[in-house]
Amino acid sequence: MKYSEIMVRYGELSTKGKNRKDFIRQLGKNVRQSLQEFPNLEIKAQHDRLHVTLNGESSSAVIERLSGVFGIENLSPSVKVAKDIETIKETAAAMVKEQFKTGTTFKINTRRQDHDFEFDTNQLNDMLGGYVLEHVPGIEVKMKKPDITLRVEIRLNGVYLTSEIIPGAGGLPVGTGGRAVMMLSGGIDSPVASYLAMKRGVKLDMVHFFSPPYTSEQALAKAEELTGKIATFGGNIQFIQVPFRKIQEEIKEKVPEGYLMTIQRRMMLRITAAIAESRHTKGIFTGEALGQVASQTLESMMAINDVTTLPVLRPLVSMDKEEIIRIAEKIGTYDLSILPFEDCCTIFTPPAPKTRPALDKSRNFEKLIDVDGLVKEAVEGIKIVDVKPNEKFLNQQSDVFAELL
Amino acid sequence: MIYFDNSATTQADPEVVSTYDAVSKQIWGNPSSLHKFGEQAFGLLEQSRQQIADLLGVSLSEILFTSGGTEGDNWVLKGTAIEKREFGNHLITTAVEHPAIHNSMEQLKQLGFEVTYLPVDEHGRISIDDLKAALRPTTILVSVMAVNNEIGTIQPLIEVADVLKDYPKVHYHIDAVQGIGKGISDLIFNDRVDFISFSGHKFHAPRGIGFIYARRGRRIAPLLTGGGQERNLRSGTENLPAIAAMSKALRLLLTNEQDKVQRQRAVKERILNHVKEFPLVTLFSEDNEGFAPHILCFAIRGVRGETIVHAFEEHQIYISTTSACSSKKHMVSSTLAAMNVPEGISTSAIRVSLDEHNTLEEADEFNRVFDELYDQFKKLSNETTN
Repeated sequence: MKYSEIMVRYGELSTKGKNRKDFIRQLGKNVRQSLQEFPNLEIKAQHDRLHVTLNGESSSAVIERLSGVFGIENLSPSVKVAKDIETIKETAAAMVKEQFKTGTTFKINTRRQDHDFEFDTNQLNDMLGGYVLEHVPGIEVKMKKPDITLRVEIRLNGVYLTSEIIPGAGGLPVGTGGRAVMMLSGGIDSPVASYLAMKRGVKLDMVHFFSPPYTSEQALAKAEELTGKIATFGGNIQFIQVPFRKIQEEIKEKVPEGYLMTIQRRMMLRITAAIAESRHTKGIFTGEALGQVASQTLESMMAINDVTTLPVLRPLVSMDKEEIIRIAEKIGTYDLSILPFEDCCTIFTPPAPKTRPALDKSRNFEKLIDVDGLVKEAVEGIKIVDVKPNEKFLNQQSDVFAELL
Repeated sequence: MIYFDNSATTQADPEVVSTYDAVSKQIWGNPSSLHKFGEQAFGLLEQSRQQIADLLGVSLSEILFTSGGTEGDNWVLKGTAIEKREFGNHLITTAVEHPAIHNSMEQLKQLGFEVTYLPVDEHGRISIDDLKAALRPTTILVSVMAVNNEIGTIQPLIEVADVLKDYPKVHYHIDAVQGIGKGISDLIFNDRVDFISFSGHKFHAPRGIGFIYARRGRRIAPLLTGGGQERNLRSGTENLPAIAAMSKALRLLLTNEQDKVQRQRAVKERILNHVKEFPLVTLFSEDNEGFAPHILCFAIRGVRGETIVHAFEEHQIYISTTSACSSKKHMVSSTLAAMNVPEGISTSAIRVSLDEHNTLEEADEFNRVFDELYDQFKKLSNETTN
């Protein structure tokens, strides 16, 4: 079926009273940003729905992109035809036929905006229903809960037929839930946590710690590429890279082995909090899940969380690894996450980190290093990159390779 | 020269060879090395994998490189047997598989596994009822070839998939060495298949390279252990020039696949419709959707297959007796034997196997030579013509 338009129905935002306008404006903006690769589209965000006119762009590619945008309840591709009753009939039958399986039921639901059209809604329902019955053998009419509802809208500029309803990603439009900083490592968890944060409308800035030569350029590129992947769900993301080598070396030199990990994490969180505050963002997201590794016990979380009063939000806190992997696969970050480049969380890991670090000890050991000086230096050394949806960072030679392949 | 033995091997495409050459000269780092040179090789390795995954509509991590079809078949069978030995010891395959499957099964049998070979009908096709009857609580694997390498039968892959939906723990393997690029990818990449094996040199890639598809979440034990390449499932330094070359060969193969399939089918029909008129000819392949477009097997009763092969060779036309693997050992075709074709006829079988470059003019030339040879040999045949 060659579709001409996609109709997008809003999700939860319709319940949000006076904020509605902001939601719609934001969703319109997000949709435009995620569809920027398709230059011929026409996008109109109206009070009840959003319409994407395809103008020849591939409907399946646009639908795939749209179904990942938060704030969309569902979407329906529609066919625009001329206001000619025979064409309408044939198109209606063809659309029903495409979805027909044995035992399928249907109804026709007509709306008429153009009251000068030669038939009224009842006549149209009758005529089209009769035609479909005749031309799709085995189909039956059912008024309550049919399998297929074929909507026919007689508008001033043409007739629109819609039958399929494709579920959207749900959630709230990214940007309507405020702004927060995400601690992105490059593993499996943090991209999933980012996705879930964005699902509730939060706009994220990514903070990534890197430590050359302990970590490679590839590890950095991988984190950036993951950011590009995540940006497909809510538009461009600021990627903030923080130099961490000096701090790690300092900690390794001065802090007892059992507390290496705890103190490193405290420093990371402290720096992230400083960045968050300087950017006036309202919270910090992490990919931590309770009990997964030594730094993710309640005791560890308390000892690490001690350094900031900003809310530290952990969308994965009670998820199993398998559940996390399933989401990672669904959102397309899994294959990237498992690329074997070491990140700065895995270097300088002591063979036996304390799973139950004591808060007072953590505070005391930290006095062995120049906390304020190191934080200041790291924050001054940050580098910010604006990452676009699906932007590539790994494999810079991919164009050269494409010639070979 | 007319090359009609493409099921034995295909000629490497010059463009594919140039990729092999360029990668060998320029990107010879080890993908496992940490330095830039290694990273470059790693980048090409993963981009090749991604291209194959995209062409087949699967994910990157579901493609694992091997040394070819034989390794892929061995790996899936023995890897499943090792991985799932605690869950059962029974494997099912068909009576018409390639020796890479058959002999691997026989080896597993010696190790104490039980194997059921499903019989085939006169078209070389298994029956779904036989499969249903063969499944046991201890069954761990069902392996079915997509396209028979000797006569071209397409097995009922979708129907097998439907049966196995009720047996979610059984590994479903398809040997697609003869099936790729032949217009049946919907059958091969069905919604139930777990493992599929492929061989590069059957589609104009170099020798010594192939890959398997392994559905995410399905586990098989490695056969080659070592440095941990291919996600620790298949060790050995990656054959990067051949991998990149194969990725390109697959792209070329699948470009305009339907047109190429139509062309091969037309060439096959031209020959089939000609030879079937001769009284001494027995056809094994058919001219319908149940058979691959590129394989035609028939016998001139009373004349040994090798004799025909050599006679055609004198006219620079290269065909084979049934499969290349068995033809030098004077073995009777295992597929024809399983179809209960009498040995007196199956020793006369010859196979014409095509690729997308063969033409109708070549088919006409084949038919012309065929007429000549038929006249010579019918006098020598001790078969009666009625």
